[in-house]
Amino acid sequence: MACVNAKYVSQKISKTRWRPVSHSSLQQPDIFAAGSWDNEDNKISFWSIGNYGDLGMEDGFEGEPQLLCEHKHDGDVLDLQFLDQDRIVTASSTGAVNIFRHHHNSQTISVSQHWPRAHSYPCDNAPCTGVVCSSPEIVTVGEDGKIIVFRADHEGITRVIENADSSTIHAVTYLRTTEILTVNSIGQLKLWDFRQQSNTPSQILSLSGDRVPLHCVDRHPNQQHIVATGGQDGMLCVWDVRQGNTPFSLMEAHSAEMWEVHFHPSNPDHLFTCSEDGSLLHWETSSQSDMPSFLQGGRNNSMLSRSAMAPAGGNQSLINTWLSGDSSKGRLETSHMLPSQTLSVNSLDVLGQCLVCGTDGEAIFVNRQVSV
Amino acid sequence: MEEVDVEPAVTNIPSASAGKHLGFAWGPGDILVYETLYKRSGASQSGYPFIHEVRKDEDIYSPILRKLFNESHHIFVGLQTIKEDLPSKNKKPQFVSISKNYRSVIRACMEELRQVAVSSKDAEEAMQSGNQVSILLAIELIWNLCEVLFIEAAPAGSLLLHLLDWVRLHKPVDEKTREVLQSESPAEHHDYWDVVLGYVLQGRLEEARQMLMKQATLQPAARSMFKLMDTLLSKMPFYDPSGTQTLTEFDVKWRHWHEEVDRCLQDNSFASNQHLELICKILVGDEDTLLEHKELLSTWYHFLVTRLLFCHPTVKPVELHFYAQSCMTMFLDPRSVPEPLDSILLAAFEFDIHQVIKDCSIALNNWWFVAHLTDLLDHCKLLQSHNLHFGSNLREFLLLEYASGLFTHHSLWQLAVDYFDHCPEFGRVYLELQIERVPLDTERKALKVLRICEQRQMSEQVRSICKIMAMRALRNNRLGSALSWSIRAKDAAFATLISEKFLQDYCNRGTFSDLDLIDNLGPAMLLSDRLTFLGKYREFHKLYGEKHFGEAAKLLLSLMTAKIAPRSFWMTLLTDALPLLEQKEVIFSAEQTHELMFCLEELTSSLNTITPGTDRPMQEEDIEVTKVELLRLALARNLAMAIVKEGTVEA
Repeated sequence: MACVNAKYVSQKISKTRWRPVSHSSLQQPDIFAAGSWDNEDNKISFWSIGNYGDLGMEDGFEGEPQLLCEHKHDGDVLDLQFLDQDRIVTASSTGAVNIFRHHHNSQTISVSQHWPRAHSYPCDNAPCTGVVCSSPEIVTVGEDGKIIVFRADHEGITRVIENADSSTIHAVTYLRTTEILTVNSIGQLKLWDFRQQSNTPSQILSLSGDRVPLHCVDRHPNQQHIVATGGQDGMLCVWDVRQGNTPFSLMEAHSAEMWEVHFHPSNPDHLFTCSEDGSLLHWETSSQSDMPSFLQGGRNNSMLSRSAMAPAGGNQSLINTWLSGDSSKGRLETSHMLPSQTLSVNSLDVLGQCLVCGTDGEAIFVNRQVSV
Repeated sequence: MEEVDVEPAVTNIPSASAGKHLGFAWGPGDILVYETLYKRSGASQSGYPFIHEVRKDEDIYSPILRKLFNESHHIFVGLQTIKEDLPSKNKKPQFVSISKNYRSVIRACMEELRQVAVSSKDAEEAMQSGNQVSILLAIELIWNLCEVLFIEAAPAGSLLLHLLDWVRLHKPVDEKTREVLQSESPAEHHDYWDVVLGYVLQGRLEEARQMLMKQATLQPAARSMFKLMDTLLSKMPFYDPSGTQTLTEFDVKWRHWHEEVDRCLQDNSFASNQHLELICKILVGDEDTLLEHKELLSTWYHFLVTRLLFCHPTVKPVELHFYAQSCMTMFLDPRSVPEPLDSILLAAFEFDIHQVIKDCSIALNNWWFVAHLTDLLDHCKLLQSHNLHFGSNLREFLLLEYASGLFTHHSLWQLAVDYFDHCPEFGRVYLELQIERVPLDTERKALKVLRICEQRQMSEQVRSICKIMAMRALRNNRLGSALSWSIRAKDAAFATLISEKFLQDYCNRGTFSDLDLIDNLGPAMLLSDRLTFLGKYREFHKLYGEKHFGEAAKLLLSLMTAKIAPRSFWMTLLTDALPLLEQKEVIFSAEQTHELMFCLEELTSSLNTITPGTDRPMQEEDIEVTKVELLRLALARNLAMAIVKEGTVEA
């Protein structure tokens, strides 16, 4: 906890995302984007944590994040993803989907693409709740139960799946290049295969019985069949989409809605969750096998970011620690990453050794020495 | 009527010229003002179509002050969790550290505002920030004094040390001192002696000695005199609260020193150097000398502390108010009216906590300061159970005011929730009334509001929020969403309404929409009869689709016999039975067929009693009649087959 930096930013933060770094430079991320919600004027902003030749790297004393630039955003920022090094895609509560470009030289932001009312009802706005992208393709989901596919360079809409869900779709992630996974407010995971023309999911997985809404989903970076979700009751579920229609394991994590779950992109034995209860948890499965940890999954991803796809065919034969992991035997360790906090942690992102999260207490926390 | 403490401020409403009549409505933090439709005879001008919002508190909209609200919220919540059962001795350091935390937040805010005030190009913004800085400065000054006097409650001896710290903190090294120290030869600077005096007046004797040393080297002739002054300064005793020395011992020691200084003054040891003589006079605590240097002291409370330092270092808390009062009268121009800050500080020196809080409430335009200070003092058990004739007690009243103000803010309302939580008497009622009025733009926000309500078992509010969301979903024809919301609220009536809609949809289109939801109702199905029916009916279709005819038939029949299906839907169910009756193998047993027949008869008899009144077109009636005929035929045939089959098996 010693190296957590807090910065009060005078706006409730709904999303924080690191700018992806290319693997060649072995760098830690230095810039993140943040989006606000519930303000009269919402904003997206870019922040630097200033790693450029800092003297204080060794003793862990570094300045707080510095604002690089900000831009007005219509409606709450409900989701935020980097499309590439300088473009971000946002999902707005007005139902709009936007692409903003960050100009590094002048430190300004401009709108490079705008789809107003992409998600909408005939006479009302339907908030767009989630976005995922694999450049140039962008997939968004919304309260209207639609799944929409865009291409970053096309003005039109590539594909719409109307009535993909009868309830709100809360989050979306890529499973493979042509497959996405959505989670909804009645506790279901739906797999969609874009190669098929039909507008029905290729598979539905669900929590048995109590229909707890699911709010977030993340896929294991190397083993694409492993998926983690978080729900309204704060429970962390790990699923194997190849086997069975029910979760592989359920772990009690938070006492309120889990807003985000993320596998560490390069060291997926680590997982991070944050919640409405104001906590941020770091989960670690210790792989107690003799297998050296470098065999646990390919680390040579071309881009260390979730928005990018991991190379297909990660070593599937290895038993994943998340599936073999058995919390009762103490192989799974969790630790709190924030000092006591009462207001919701809405978003987190982790890349390399750096973690950033944003809260309803109008603070952004940056931890640069995550032990992974 | 109670008397008014200060004249209320006048706010001019721009549009309201003379002769116009204004109406108003109270809000939690602001007032709505509008022009009423009042026409004087003869006047014919039309009304002014605007509603004005009059805000008392603008600070809440300042982005920098928002940090103050957010950070102090965190401290506030921490303070509330301090265990009640700890012995008060252990609590004091905790309270002091919390008080310091609050002050450091104020200071951080002040620094940021000061930078804006300096760097801003917008003159108005700069001025506004400048004003806020001076307000925060005053707030911090008052808070710090309250901390020393009330929370720390320092006894005689250490009291003066705390007061010295207080003065030093709020009169930091000024521009002049910096200039002198940075000049090439400080001792020759024309402000040199002011700086030395400044140090002496604040009791920073080490610094004063160092400065004097510089001067001494320039005047080798007066060396012995400087040496004497240096000895006097170095010998001045300060009370050490952690040491073994008792207060009496210290007092004796101090008197001894004081006499020595006095002797030096009497025998004109410093007569040849007016500056050193002046210092000596200050050390001996000569009031007239002190008052001659008002500009160096700048405030009466600095004068007070300096006077105590050199005259009454063992001042007791109870004696403070006497010195404070006299210093204020001596220092301030008798013709001038004391500023609010002066009377607040004086009230503090008089240990009149309630007066401090009252004066602060009047002087400041927001409740942040008084609410947090009062809460802290209340935790220190310093406020007598001073019940107000409105609300519960002072602490709660102020917290409620502050939190209500936060709730009017579009974004800070979330902070207010925790404040309401810690108001035992009226907090919940306030929260209940306010939380329902939070605008819900997205489901995410609704979920956050719901979580707040559910954690506090506010079932009424939970129901109302879910209903709002369900209604919105229904309006947008999102039946699935609407049903989910009413299930969450356990709102049986609404669930029934939506289930009806689903069934209607089915009757019109012949297919179900939102199968993903209906197929996964689970135990939620039991919320309302109609919903149960919807779920079961869908189950029947599923069984039928999967060709589990036997089970499907059983389910269908039970829907009618157990009276789960509404009577209006029976015809549809019976029609659904037709293809099952027409199957090659016997699905309905003889007994089941009897029951089906019974259902049909019950339905037709009730229909017959109703039909005469209605004027349905003949064609539709015909269809109904044919349907019944067909059913009767199918039932009869099925019965025959069933009897034969059952008979043969048994035989």
